[in-house]
Amino acid sequence: MIKHFITLQWKSFWRSASLTSGLFMKLFMGFWAVWLIVMMVFGGIGTFYGLKEKLCLDPFETVNKFLVYWFVCDLLFKYALQKMPVINIKPLLLLPFKKKRIVSFAFGKTIFSFFNIVHAFFFIPFSILLVIDGYPLLNVVIWNLGLITLVYFNNFLNILLNKKDNLIFIIAGVLLVLGGLHYLDYFDITTYTFPFFKGLFENPLFIFGPIVVLFFLVLFSFRSFVNDLYLDAGLAAKSKNIKTENLDWLDRFGKTATFLKNDIKLIKRNKRARSTVLVSVLFLFYGLLFFSGSIEQYDGPVWRIFAAIFVTGGFLLSFGQFVPSWDSSYYSLMMSQNIRYKEYLSSKWWLMVVATVISTILASGYLYYGWEIYLAIIVGAIYNIGVNSHIVLWAGAYVKTPIDLTSNKKAFGDKQAFNIKTMMLALPKMALPMVLYAIGHYAYSPYAGYALVAIAGVAGFAFKDAVFNKIERIYRVEKYKTIWAYKQKK
Amino acid sequence: MITIQNLTKTYTGNTVLSIEDLKIERGTSFGLVGNNGAGKTTLFSALLDLIQPTTGYIENHGFKVNESEEWKSITSAFIDESFLIGYLTAEEYFYFIGELRGQKKSDVDALILQFEDFFHGEILGQKKYLRDLSKGNQKKAGIVAALIGSPEVIILDEPFANLDPTTQIRLKTIIKELSADPSITVLVSSHDLMHVTEVCDRIVVLDKGQVVKDLSTSGETLEELEAHFSM
Repeated sequence: MIKHFITLQWKSFWRSASLTSGLFMKLFMGFWAVWLIVMMVFGGIGTFYGLKEKLCLDPFETVNKFLVYWFVCDLLFKYALQKMPVINIKPLLLLPFKKKRIVSFAFGKTIFSFFNIVHAFFFIPFSILLVIDGYPLLNVVIWNLGLITLVYFNNFLNILLNKKDNLIFIIAGVLLVLGGLHYLDYFDITTYTFPFFKGLFENPLFIFGPIVVLFFLVLFSFRSFVNDLYLDAGLAAKSKNIKTENLDWLDRFGKTATFLKNDIKLIKRNKRARSTVLVSVLFLFYGLLFFSGSIEQYDGPVWRIFAAIFVTGGFLLSFGQFVPSWDSSYYSLMMSQNIRYKEYLSSKWWLMVVATVISTILASGYLYYGWEIYLAIIVGAIYNIGVNSHIVLWAGAYVKTPIDLTSNKKAFGDKQAFNIKTMMLALPKMALPMVLYAIGHYAYSPYAGYALVAIAGVAGFAFKDAVFNKIERIYRVEKYKTIWAYKQKK
Repeated sequence: MITIQNLTKTYTGNTVLSIEDLKIERGTSFGLVGNNGAGKTTLFSALLDLIQPTTGYIENHGFKVNESEEWKSITSAFIDESFLIGYLTAEEYFYFIGELRGQKKSDVDALILQFEDFFHGEILGQKKYLRDLSKGNQKKAGIVAALIGSPEVIILDEPFANLDPTTQIRLKTIIKELSADPSITVLVSSHDLMHVTEVCDRIVVLDKGQVVKDLSTSGETLEELEAHFSM
């Protein structure tokens, strides 16, 4: 019976459209997985030596201290990215399987999930170094067993919690508050959790605690899943009561308002589109890496412009590159209406401009690092609005990946990035402002660099109509291909 | 008036549509029947310029559909769920289409009011997005949306499928009323011979992409069609 499940899985994996669509994608995913594994291995080794030799701390004590954050982050990542095992169960319900079999198979599958395995690549090298350093082997093994138990505790907790919406924000909030309090020395959660992790090492009997808890958690989630295997229970698509929205105040934007109202609803009501807003918030913090001077390689002045483009352009880059794919599920409707492409485009353009302005205002926190940093951000914003907004829309016109609006699981690593044309158009987004700044900076002064980038941004406005006409032509020429491509789902 | 000339569509050597000459007069209610794969949806998609014909052309009110956009403001269609915007409520969807077709909100309100019977209380004020409605209710919303903005050419692909019996009967009345207007051309396709003979005054049978019968509806049409398809 298990054999059937495995062949089904095998086929669903190899025949899924996202995979069959290109060898390139497979290689790319493989590349990232390998990259992550290598980083984990180096992380494990680097943590050990870094703590011991550079910071003169006891690596084992320090790691135990911070493990609580590790596991909360792990839960966060699992919640956000790991796919739930219960997706393709419906057709199996009628077949002569025991329901328990279906659930055990689905659960068993999650055990081998990359999200669980990847921890091993950090802790195994770290543990080997511990043993070499003279820690007793048996205790280190038991400590590792304890961590494995916790990883799987998270795994099953995630399966249970995944049914709840918005939980990710609560977990992330807790993490931020705890981390913040710790950083400001008000309250240190690690003093309470440290003895637990340390205890796993010191007293081997300690391990039974987490194991028993894990056992009950598995039992509980197993029960709840078996009971939920009905179309109107666990397998039902959730639908909330919602209200019709007017957004009439947007009508002052004239013809563009028709599309603007729709685009705002698109972003509000679809997980996948909402995640672009999340990305733009994350990008706001990306600048910290550059401006706080925590990474030496990023200290060069040219990197400031690079960071400024990202800090203010998170939404622009993540939303814009998928125009018109956001409308892929009803593209035939759009194409059979007498729509003005210019109005359609300018709605998306306005959204990107407004988002960039809001990001710029929010980024005023960077004034903390000096007003020159903020000047770079403002210049980056001008360039984003004047030049990048057009380039992004232009590049998007070549993208023909349909977007499944209701899913947010694919937000990382969409295959669209490998369209050669989009790659070419991505270059000026990043490279051109950096080059311009470098010319100004090294030939004259930093201000000349900023001025050059800002002038390029302002000059970009002049080309708005030309670019929109160009995009319109692309839409027309590629119309049939695009309609066809958008019909290819899953 | 719609003119189809030497229209063929070929996918990798396989001709799925081949119509030499077909004219649909203004005001006709035109029915298209045929088995699966006969080319009904392909023909409708070509009419809407959603697919590119291999050869030939289609003219809608004198405009070649692949060269001009003018015909779009007098033409409307509901082909499949890709004509619905899943994340809107039915009302929002109607207003959106209305705005695209230059209609005021009050015009749209007045129009959808006429279809309260047809909606049977399952479309308006539902607190649900279109994607969460049942297939039948989605179809109702799509059909009514195709009537917004007084179009002169209305294309409905399989409008009767998925509808409950009461709604099918109401839809027949709606189509008959539309076709009573001499300026409105209605094109429907269906697998149900009875429905088509009831609402259409001209019926074309497609088989493997070719017109095999072209009938003006009369008392014997249903029998003739049944005889054709029972072969």
